[in-house]
Amino acid sequence: MAEAETIHDVIQPAAAHAHAPSVAAHHHGPPTGFIRKYIFSVDHKVIGIQYLLLAMAAVLVGMLLSVLMRMNLTWPGTAWPLLEILFPIGAKGGVMTPEFYLSLVTMHGTMMVFFVLTTAPQGGFGNYFLPIQIGAEDMAFPTLNMLSFWVTFVGFVALIAAAFVEGGGPTGGWTGYPTLSAIGGKLNVPGMGSAQNLWWNGQNLWIISIAIFCVASLLGALNFITTLLNMRTRGMSLMRMPLTCWSWFTTAILALLAFPVLLAAGVLLFLDRTADTSFFVPGGLSDGTRVLTEHNGGSPILWQHLFWFFGHPEVYIAILPGMGVTSHVLSTFARKPVFGYRAMVFAMFAIGLLGFFVWGHHMFLSGMSPYTGMAFSVLTLTIGVPSAIKTFNWIGTLWGGRIRFTTPMLFAIGFVSLFVAGGVTGIVLGQTSLDLSMHDTYFVLGHFHLVMGVAAIFGMFAGTYFWFPKMFGRMMSERLGKIHFWPTFIGVYAIFIPFHIMGIVGMPRRYASFEEYEFLRVLDPVVLFVTIAVIITVAAQFLFWYNFFWSIWKGEPAGDNPWEATTLEWSTSSPPPHDNFGGRVLTVYRGPYEFAVPGAPDDYVMQTTPDAAEENQSPLVQGGSEISGNGHNGHKH
Amino acid sequence: MGRALAVFIWVMTLATVWMFVDGRWWFPESITAHGPAYDRQFLISIIVVGLTFAAAQIGLGVMLWRYGSSRRGGNERAVYSHGSNRLEVVWTIVTAVIFVSLGLMGQRVWAQLHFNNAPAGSAQIRVTAQQFQWNFHYPGADNKFGRTDPAKIADASANFIGLDEDSPGAKDDVVVPTLAVQVDRPVELVLSARDVTHSIWVPELRFKQDLVPGLNISVHFTPVKTGKFELACAELCGQLHYKMKSYLLVLPENEYREMAALPPAQFKTRMTELLKKYPLGSVPH
Repeated sequence: MAEAETIHDVIQPAAAHAHAPSVAAHHHGPPTGFIRKYIFSVDHKVIGIQYLLLAMAAVLVGMLLSVLMRMNLTWPGTAWPLLEILFPIGAKGGVMTPEFYLSLVTMHGTMMVFFVLTTAPQGGFGNYFLPIQIGAEDMAFPTLNMLSFWVTFVGFVALIAAAFVEGGGPTGGWTGYPTLSAIGGKLNVPGMGSAQNLWWNGQNLWIISIAIFCVASLLGALNFITTLLNMRTRGMSLMRMPLTCWSWFTTAILALLAFPVLLAAGVLLFLDRTADTSFFVPGGLSDGTRVLTEHNGGSPILWQHLFWFFGHPEVYIAILPGMGVTSHVLSTFARKPVFGYRAMVFAMFAIGLLGFFVWGHHMFLSGMSPYTGMAFSVLTLTIGVPSAIKTFNWIGTLWGGRIRFTTPMLFAIGFVSLFVAGGVTGIVLGQTSLDLSMHDTYFVLGHFHLVMGVAAIFGMFAGTYFWFPKMFGRMMSERLGKIHFWPTFIGVYAIFIPFHIMGIVGMPRRYASFEEYEFLRVLDPVVLFVTIAVIITVAAQFLFWYNFFWSIWKGEPAGDNPWEATTLEWSTSSPPPHDNFGGRVLTVYRGPYEFAVPGAPDDYVMQTTPDAAEENQSPLVQGGSEISGNGHNGHKH
Repeated sequence: MGRALAVFIWVMTLATVWMFVDGRWWFPESITAHGPAYDRQFLISIIVVGLTFAAAQIGLGVMLWRYGSSRRGGNERAVYSHGSNRLEVVWTIVTAVIFVSLGLMGQRVWAQLHFNNAPAGSAQIRVTAQQFQWNFHYPGADNKFGRTDPAKIADASANFIGLDEDSPGAKDDVVVPTLAVQVDRPVELVLSARDVTHSIWVPELRFKQDLVPGLNISVHFTPVKTGKFELACAELCGQLHYKMKSYLLVLPENEYREMAALPPAQFKTRMTELLKKYPLGSVPH
């Protein structure tokens, strides 16, 4: 019944509640049992926190995998007795096998890209704060929302299972290129299954996990788009939305268009593996003893097109919410309106749109037509323009501000710095000519780890420190937060800047060991340096977990608006009641970032503060505020 | 806190720039005709990257240094500004011009290599990659390739590419795991893979290309320095991907011609000798 009632909610414009706020009570009343309240909850706030906790578990796994990879690269052949207990086959005698290394690579990439970078910024913060920031009681489809989380969770379980099934974890990399991923089992590649182990092998479970994830993301995207378009409160016009909402909206559109393509590709790959179809496998291949006559007519490049048609927008799915949070936090703590709000909105949409036309830059050397490569290359370079606009505006937001260096602010500033550092090298990688050398080297790893990896993570840290008081009613420790910030910020630079010079020297990615090649010897000290930086940086992250869980119970009580911020989430209690605003229907009178308004009593004016002075002065403005009062002006249909 | 952060960002910027200009960690020397053009384009691009990077980081640091709230007096508020359309337009145009020009310039080397067929007189070598080994197929003295057929592939009898010994021109064909080419003569490689995708990668060549199952991809380049160089696989191809190593031998004309005319067995022996003779890196010829 919950759906039917909330569809009613959607059809009825928010304005309908205006005349009788008392009936605007929450349609699905607060649940009482533990299971409905905390496990199978339809409350977007609980679901948001569930997504965050899932991402925190996934990021812990992904991070520890990266430590194992660095250990193997730096001290190849070393026996780590503890490892044998966990992985008696992959690390027999405590020494990591090359296939074990590849499964680390695959699991790290998949875990991070899907279950961290896609879930936390969108499913976590987006779920929790999008409805509150637009003044809605919940998502448009609460049950669907619950489903999308639990489907994601099943995908997560499938991925974990992939690491522990017979034959070892998947070894195809997070990009899962066929024909390796399709016929690897027939070539005796570990983790790829075999004739005796056709179904429950690592690579199959990897595909299943991703396919499930695609379904969950689709459900989530539909919900986000519907909620944002239909459930904004009185006066919350599109151009009065916080930039966070714009970023979640853009991201949801990208997810809606990108994930179905990956889902289809995954199904086809699964069939190639289990039913001997030939979507991605051409004829005439051999395992050295026989021709694989069961396959004919497929193309490995088709997979790459489908994968990157999803994969490139996915990069923006990961980073756009971070951009939104950064704009939001920078403005709040610079005590200054966002510089160029409209330009920020347009730049975000431009990035999202262009993101669908540049996937070919992952494929310059794939055997695709070189003319196609050229077209993709020039388009790719243009995506730097909206990215530069955003950077310019972030720095512009700080200019002339009165910056409060709180922990969320430090991470938001870190985001800007890292986004620039990672983004600029796109100018190199986007050129077909330069990719001839740079492709599939550590230069690429440096580029994307900085920009979509740690910059996005910094966005999440900024979001966590910023919104924690709203979510849990208590502050996180500022002192611990700052101690966490410094080694993290220094550490990620110490790790990923050296990746670039490794790439220039020519170090190939996805190598289990560099021992074979003389030309890589010059990099030995750099490899060691990076590994030490990784260990220190990873260790510092436990400060964050400690601070997070300690503060849930022991933090200073936060109050409703500890940061003196302006948007709607700060107009309700911390944490907000079940229906977010305790039955009130809020009216929005102005844009989201009205800081330092001349003549205002405080240096911030909340979106919900009525503009009494103007109403009395000018009939024109008074008329305007009346219109916004009935809820239609805000929507600008 | 703000000033400390500003100082760190500047120091980090300096350290980063140092890593790139120090020279200890840079490309190995280029040995191809298109190498200098590649290196020039890379240098121009990395300078633009470096300037953009440094300008943004320094600018960010200046804001942190100057606008910390504890450094401003009493109740003074931030500047009330929603931005400047004029600045946005100027900034957009400037970046668009720089990025798009770089993008267009970045097609030159690519076009030279990929929009033209291999020059007349190129030596043709067929490359068939397999897990985890390179097979370089030479036409032998008659300069004609024998037929290959996947059905004839038999690793047990060392026929890795399925060469049909009875086909015309096959008798003197040689298949070796090392790539030997002649200096100053264009080389055309016809690339294929018999199992999974591989990628041929020699850093000194400034060149890389995937070998894709089901496709024959023709590429060409002209080596201009003799010597022996490491050849690696650059596309994940399975558990021993990191060991799929070979060498590129760039030989002086006389040495190459002499070897190319040898019957298969001697060709292979000669190749082994040459591999031993050359140290890693380029040697003057």
